[in-house]
Amino acid sequence: MSLLTLSQVTKRYDATVALSDVSLNVTEGERVALLGHNGAGKSTLIKIVLGLVAHDSGDVSVVHAPPGSLAAREATSYLPENVAFHPSLTGLEQIRYYLRLRKQNPSGANALLERVGLQDAATRRIGTYSKGMRQRVGLAQALIGHPQLMVLDEPTSGLDPVSRREFYAILDELAGRGTAVLLSSHALTEVEARTDRIAILSRGELVANDTLAGLRRRAALPIQLQIAARPDTADKVAHRLSGRRLNGTRVDVTCQHADKLERLSEIAQLGDLIDDLEIVPPSLEDLYAHFSRGGASP
Amino acid sequence: MNRTIAVSTSEFLISARNRWVTISIVMMALFALVLSAAGSAPTGDLGADKLSITVASLTSLAVYLVPLVALLMSFDAVAGEIERGTLALALAYPVSRSEILAGKLLAHLGILGLAIFVGYSIAAFAAFALDDEAATGLPALVRLFWTSLLLGAVFLGIGYAVSAITRRPGSAAGVAIALWLVLIVLYDIGLLAAVVADSGGTFTQSVFPWLLVANPADAFRLYNLSASEATAAAGGIAGAANAIPPYLALASLVIWPVAAFTLAAAAFRRVTL
Ligand SMILES: Nc1ncnc2c1ncn2[C@@H]1O[C@H](COP(=O)(O)OP(=O)(O)OP(=O)(O)O)[C@@H](O)[C@H]1O
Ligand SMILES: [Mg+2]
Repeated sequence: MSLLTLSQVTKRYDATVALSDVSLNVTEGERVALLGHNGAGKSTLIKIVLGLVAHDSGDVSVVHAPPGSLAAREATSYLPENVAFHPSLTGLEQIRYYLRLRKQNPSGANALLERVGLQDAATRRIGTYSKGMRQRVGLAQALIGHPQLMVLDEPTSGLDPVSRREFYAILDELAGRGTAVLLSSHALTEVEARTDRIAILSRGELVANDTLAGLRRRAALPIQLQIAARPDTADKVAHRLSGRRLNGTRVDVTCQHADKLERLSEIAQLGDLIDDLEIVPPSLEDLYAHFSRGGASP
Repeated sequence: MNRTIAVSTSEFLISARNRWVTISIVMMALFALVLSAAGSAPTGDLGADKLSITVASLTSLAVYLVPLVALLMSFDAVAGEIERGTLALALAYPVSRSEILAGKLLAHLGILGLAIFVGYSIAAFAAFALDDEAATGLPALVRLFWTSLLLGAVFLGIGYAVSAITRRPGSAAGVAIALWLVLIVLYDIGLLAAVVADSGGTFTQSVFPWLLVANPADAFRLYNLSASEATAAAGGIAGAANAIPPYLALASLVIWPVAAFTLAAAAFRRVTL
């Protein structure tokens, strides 16, 4: 069941086209990553979903309600990019406040802060928190009341590597319980392993929207076979495979997905000439660059 | 309602941390003390009890101070949240903008009420210490208290509207101070000048009273002085305003807070991020 649906959404800011004909949906239990260069329109899309910014045309449905409606806001939690809180409130007071706004028992604040590792700083003013600690307060408030849809704008920015892992563990758990998650990010490697689908925006256009495997197939980027030859055989190997010699022992061969097995058997036939072989699929960075470039060309 | 109370609890905490509670209480207490000291000289010839005279001088003080404190507390309400970047998250919560504004109003009015209560109590104690008959003036003091709250509510509402329209704390502060100057100081001076120039003509007879009631600060002054025994102690504009029935002044004092809040809510609804 789709909990978030955007169809042909367009948004202009005077001369800038922030979003152009974007269609995207997120279903129950699905984690979708929204990628794109600075100014691609990620935050704009997210603000439209929350009803904070009005779109010019197209349709948006948030948990079967119009964006910004009371029903939509009740079912959705949000983490803004560069989340900010009043510096003179403590973390505990701030979370209690958000619990009350969602008509939840404010005594749950301690448990939420513990969940994001802030129990020791709970009674300190947010003005004294580090950037990552503020981000965690933002995460804690987004976890309130088992939302059906979570919309997170660069949720891991400012978090240390351990906290990032913990964050994705929490996301997995929520998605397991059916929460639909839309998150924007610049951290390609974490998104690669931790989300179900990747949507790439480029200059306001949705240029890709698929699983990682699907993106790989569509991009058809060459696979790299890194061969380590035995000493003094590198030239011979490079010649026989028409590969590229990089140094005394290393030879690189690139091939398409379809030719992969054929190339591998050619390499295997060289037998003793080969010391080792490594297969390197196109990285998410390569994929990202491929799709981003495609969309950026006028 | 619960959400409004949640907002106001949080706002009250913030104001307390920002020393706004302390500042406004100390300010009102200080002025009340000064007034009481100034009024402690024997004034038997006026024929009024000490507390009624204190109420008259508190009225002319509150007309300046209450709007000022209210504007200072409210100008940041929306603009400050936009600047700090805290508004986007609040607006994504299932709480309406009117509820947010009502919560802020509740907190700010509570703080203002606290400050006024402390200030007026000090003045009342001083009056009781000097005059056994002071109890006669108690109803006037009570009336002064709740009309001061109404006056405060007017300027809190105006402050929120300014805050939502300007969207920048700096501009909001400037506009708020300008409004205070115009509505509280220049308005009266202008009217007075017109009355003098008119020298008892039709303006003074039929237009001037309405212009007086239309200004919330003047309506506040009129209502308290016309209902008070000590009108003579205040003098000034009050004499010319005897023509206006007190209920009109009261009506103005009730309509203004509602109008100001409605305006503020409408302006807040227009704010996009
Ligand atoms: N309020 C606004 N007024 C005018 N233009 C805006 C406004 N908000 C965003 N834009 C423009 O819309 C485009 C998309 O901005 P957006 O914030 O959505 O980018 P983003 O993908 O979130 O970028 P980043 O990765 O840097 O956060 C940009 O060109 C930006 O300048
Ligand atoms: Mg952004």
